Amino acid sequence: MKRYVYINDEESSHDLYCDNRISNRKYTLLNFLPKNLWEQFSRLMNQYFLLIACLQLWPLITPVNPASTWGPLIFIFFVSATKEASDDYNRYISDKKANEKEVWVVRQGIRKLVRAQNIQVGNILWIRENDEVPCDLVLLGTSDPQGVCYIETAALDGETDLKTRILPPACMGIDYELLHKIKGVIECPGPDRDIRRFDANLRLFPPFLDNDLCPLTIKNTILQSCYLRNTEWACGVAVYTGNETKLGMSRGIPKPKLTAVDAVIDKLTGAIFVFQIVVVIVLGIAGNVWKDTEARRQWYVHYPMEGPWFELLVIPLRFELLCSIMIPISIKVSLDLVKSLYAKFIDWDYKMIDRETGTPSHAANTAISEDLGQVEYILTDKTGTLTENKMIFRRCCINGVFYGSESGDALKDVELVDAVSSGSADVVRFLTVMAICNTVIPMKSKTGDILYKAQSQDEDALVRAAAQLHLVFFNKNANILEITFNASTIQYEVLETLEFTSDRKKMSVIVKDCQNGRIHLFSKGADEAILPDACSGQKTRVFIEAVEQYTQLGLRTLCLACRELNEDEYREWSFLFKEASSNLVDREWRIAEVCQMLEHDLEILGVTAIEDRLQDGVPETIETLRKAGINFWMLTGDKQNTAIQIALSCNFISPEPKGQLLSIDGKTEAEVHRSLERVLLTMRITMSEPKDVAFVIDGWALEIALKYYRNAFTELAILTRTAICCRVTPSQKAQLVELLKSCEYRTLAIGDGGNDVRMIQQADIGVGISGREGLQAARAADYSIGKFRFLKRLILVHGRYSYNRTAFLSQYSFYKSLLLCFIQILCLWNQSFQFFQLDGL
Amino acid sequence: MSTNTASSSSGAAGSADASAPRRNSKRPKYSRFTQQELPACKPILTPKWVISAFLLVSVVFIPIGVASLFASRDVVEIVDRYETECIPPDKRSDKVKYIQTTENTTCSRTLTVPKRMKHPIYVYYQLDNFYQNHRRYVKSRSDAQLKENSSADDVSSCKPEDMANGQRIVPCGLIAWSLFNDTYSFSRNNQQLTVNKKGISWKSDRENKFGKDVYPTNFQNGTLKGGATLDPLTPLSEQEDLIVWMRTAALPTFRKLYGKIEVDLQANDIIQVILENNYNTYSFNGKKKLVLSTTSWLGGKNDFLGIAYLTVGGLCFVLALTFTVVYLVKPRRLGDPSYLSWNRNPGGR
Repeated sequence: MKRYVYINDEESSHDLYCDNRISNRKYTLLNFLPKNLWEQFSRLMNQYFLLIACLQLWPLITPVNPASTWGPLIFIFFVSATKEASDDYNRYISDKKANEKEVWVVRQGIRKLVRAQNIQVGNILWIRENDEVPCDLVLLGTSDPQGVCYIETAALDGETDLKTRILPPACMGIDYELLHKIKGVIECPGPDRDIRRFDANLRLFPPFLDNDLCPLTIKNTILQSCYLRNTEWACGVAVYTGNETKLGMSRGIPKPKLTAVDAVIDKLTGAIFVFQIVVVIVLGIAGNVWKDTEARRQWYVHYPMEGPWFELLVIPLRFELLCSIMIPISIKVSLDLVKSLYAKFIDWDYKMIDRETGTPSHAANTAISEDLGQVEYILTDKTGTLTENKMIFRRCCINGVFYGSESGDALKDVELVDAVSSGSADVVRFLTVMAICNTVIPMKSKTGDILYKAQSQDEDALVRAAAQLHLVFFNKNANILEITFNASTIQYEVLETLEFTSDRKKMSVIVKDCQNGRIHLFSKGADEAILPDACSGQKTRVFIEAVEQYTQLGLRTLCLACRELNEDEYREWSFLFKEASSNLVDREWRIAEVCQMLEHDLEILGVTAIEDRLQDGVPETIETLRKAGINFWMLTGDKQNTAIQIALSCNFISPEPKGQLLSIDGKTEAEVHRSLERVLLTMRITMSEPKDVAFVIDGWALEIALKYYRNAFTELAILTRTAICCRVTPSQKAQLVELLKSCEYRTLAIGDGGNDVRMIQQADIGVGISGREGLQAARAADYSIGKFRFLKRLILVHGRYSYNRTAFLSQYSFYKSLLLCFIQILCLWNQSFQFFQLDGL
Repeated sequence: MSTNTASSSSGAAGSADASAPRRNSKRPKYSRFTQQELPACKPILTPKWVISAFLLVSVVFIPIGVASLFASRDVVEIVDRYETECIPPDKRSDKVKYIQTTENTTCSRTLTVPKRMKHPIYVYYQLDNFYQNHRRYVKSRSDAQLKENSSADDVSSCKPEDMANGQRIVPCGLIAWSLFNDTYSFSRNNQQLTVNKKGISWKSDRENKFGKDVYPTNFQNGTLKGGATLDPLTPLSEQEDLIVWMRTAALPTFRKLYGKIEVDLQANDIIQVILENNYNTYSFNGKKKLVLSTTSWLGGKNDFLGIAYLTVGGLCFVLALTFTVVYLVKPRRLGDPSYLSWNRNPGGR
């Protein structure tokens, strides 16, 4: 469903879309009681108790005082209703605060202060520095002459670094005075929850006539709940308002996860209920028979000869009431209570606070702590989870020359420093690509130092390394990049940025050298994404060797490449690119296709190697958890060699001869099949030997294995205790979790980045590491911890305690109820099935 | 007993101390509760502890059981079942008709004292298959009426024995109505043995639950006659047979105190019992028994307690022996991880 937003047109869109009133409330004052009661009674357990309580109001059949059931029932309802009410009231208060905040909105051509709740789609808003954005806007103007503004998106995605947002090209340079007279139409998709995507088009009306359809991306928007920073003012048009904003749409209650214990409790309750019915039927019949044969002869009981029509029902119903205590009324409430306490214990734990950043652990999902004690498989990401994600530039290979091989640090390699100071063309080009082929924003701090704001730690490491080698990227002014090298300043104009995606595995920039007007394409990316695109004349063997050598050491490698473009080629391509990026459907895929048209015949410049150190305590943690019978799988986007090196160094797999690593590879179906069968065979043979057997599989083979040989792969997954999957995509990670879950295993997924979110959400338990790649994973997860090593305490201490406690509590509840009830049932054999009134004594 | 405290349980490598820098306001406050470090103790069931615990139980229980059995054996009890014997043989074909129509149902029984019985000797009557715990029966009484004369009209709970001839009944209800009415008198060597009928009910019942100013009125005047009649001039607090009867039995076989004989009986004494067989247990095949019994420190004759103690004690002794043998023959290391489920069959699961 598309929506057309008419900018500044107060008539057309008035009733079409909701206003900006935010409402997170579940109830109103009037419907609270009925709605809440309805909600509580939609649980089967509560319906049962209500039925029992109602039956007890009938004095003829009740064996006990009705207060004994009504009391607890009302108490339990009161407690849950109070909790709901207070939650809802808090939501109401915060909504009210947001709704009544005043913002500058253009009304009838004049700027006015209007309450946030009255903003309509199509209104033009003005935001000042450090203001919160009240709804989703498309930028129309900023105070910055280059059309850039900075926003903080912490409330939206938890990332604290500043992000740049730019004006749509069509709005560039519109005069400040004219901004609130702007008219136009934005064609955008219906509201959705994807905060990384906004595929829309903008067309301005006269006098701002610009015949071109101007594509809009998420880069041109500022979303609700962001803060405007480092920019005096910004102005934009509201496209989504109220509960239809990206934030509003992504809000909502996540699907509750059910723990293994919960499932058992539900089953038990059902079984007890069936048992209860059987008891009631048996005893009811026995009671009625006894009454008809024996009781008539008991003259002292004085039975009337004729009873009412429901006489046959009376005794069974009495038994039903008597046996109703078999099902413990309190178990759900008590379990909820203790579970929230478990979660608090996790939040409070001093031994799980990351002392570097002061982040405590947090249990976002309070309901599943006891499953932590039941984990059988842990699927872990590598970068940032096992490693620190603190990247340090270590080595490089420029045009066949290896630097940093002796000292282990290329920055201190005299040869490289000499090459830089002598101005070797290869080296300078290499450094230039390192410095500008990225999305880093340099910021000048007050002391004059340059701080880099990078979203990727690799890019940060490369820019820093370039700066230490005297090629400093010091300013980014809209599209103009400035670098200094040996005291001379060079300017580049960025024409296009071909962004990194995990499918493309590379990113490129197209820049124009401002001195000579030449256009270059600079690329960097994974070796298998770059090297095949090398120009035919170049020998890539030396680079392949370099990559191999570096990955042997557990380093992350990137290949750098460049190509000079001629003007026509660029212009032709840029037209296609523009078309692809104004596409509303499948934009990402179309762009990737267009990018590929340019990224070929590359001249490989060299290979960089970046070290990512293991986090503290990772080997010990993995070793302990493996001793506890937990199986580990490592799922990483990294290369096979790097992954194996890391796996070896963190006790993931044992080196030969104790361990054995089998690899599944192949490019075609048949190859993968053969390799899979071979591994499976070896695995079966070595089953009985005390040997650690693990397998390695890469993304490509995994794809085939999952598609065609799912059964064989599942068997392999069950047999093996350790697996390494490299070069996998986020969706493959999620598929693997799904595979293990389908074998009835309890899985725990741990990761730190956006690419782990799907896997975390898919797993029975998702653990996020609040790390350097932002808080995306931590937000999606059930538990967030600061460091990988806290996993040990989370599982072995908190998980175990929670499981034991829940088990004890539920067993105790059932045992107590059954015991009380059995005493009564046994007593009945001595009581002629006509039990006496319990409270009558 | 071996203990391990929660605080010493496996902790993470980098343990934080309370003085760690406070950078984050979300940081929880330190307390032993929040850190789950409160001292705790949990027994580890090692073979030694289990065996000694079982031994201890058997050592304590077996003597108690023996003592209780001896106490129970010291009690002398004479039980005489008479409901059939007290009907002349020619009338036994229709017992119900006999009990309902015959005027004089006096019957004589002879009891022989097997062993010397020291006073006080308690006289009980025992009924079998009589459901004093029946729901209709139990509910059919008015405690308020029994207590105070002013609540005499409070008969609503007494149905169906609340009113007779249009007037309220005191004491009302099925329980009072069905009051037991067999009587016994005892003689030894043609010498009357007095039965003391004072003090056979609970003191609290006499003083608090049955009023001194409540006199039976309109009792047993209905068309259906139940059990005994009451003297309308004696207040309820002194009608001890009624008070005993009104404390309903929980089980269908029960004994109720009839009186006490305050003299010793010698072995081989012959006791003549003249009893009036009035109460109808014949319509529901109930048994009637007359019981004379002494008491020990443990109460009346009851072997159950002694046997239960001996059984449990003996069982524990056998278990202790078995475990000792198993422990000696096939000892096992405590906390051996090779018994964990995932270590039992290496390589797979």
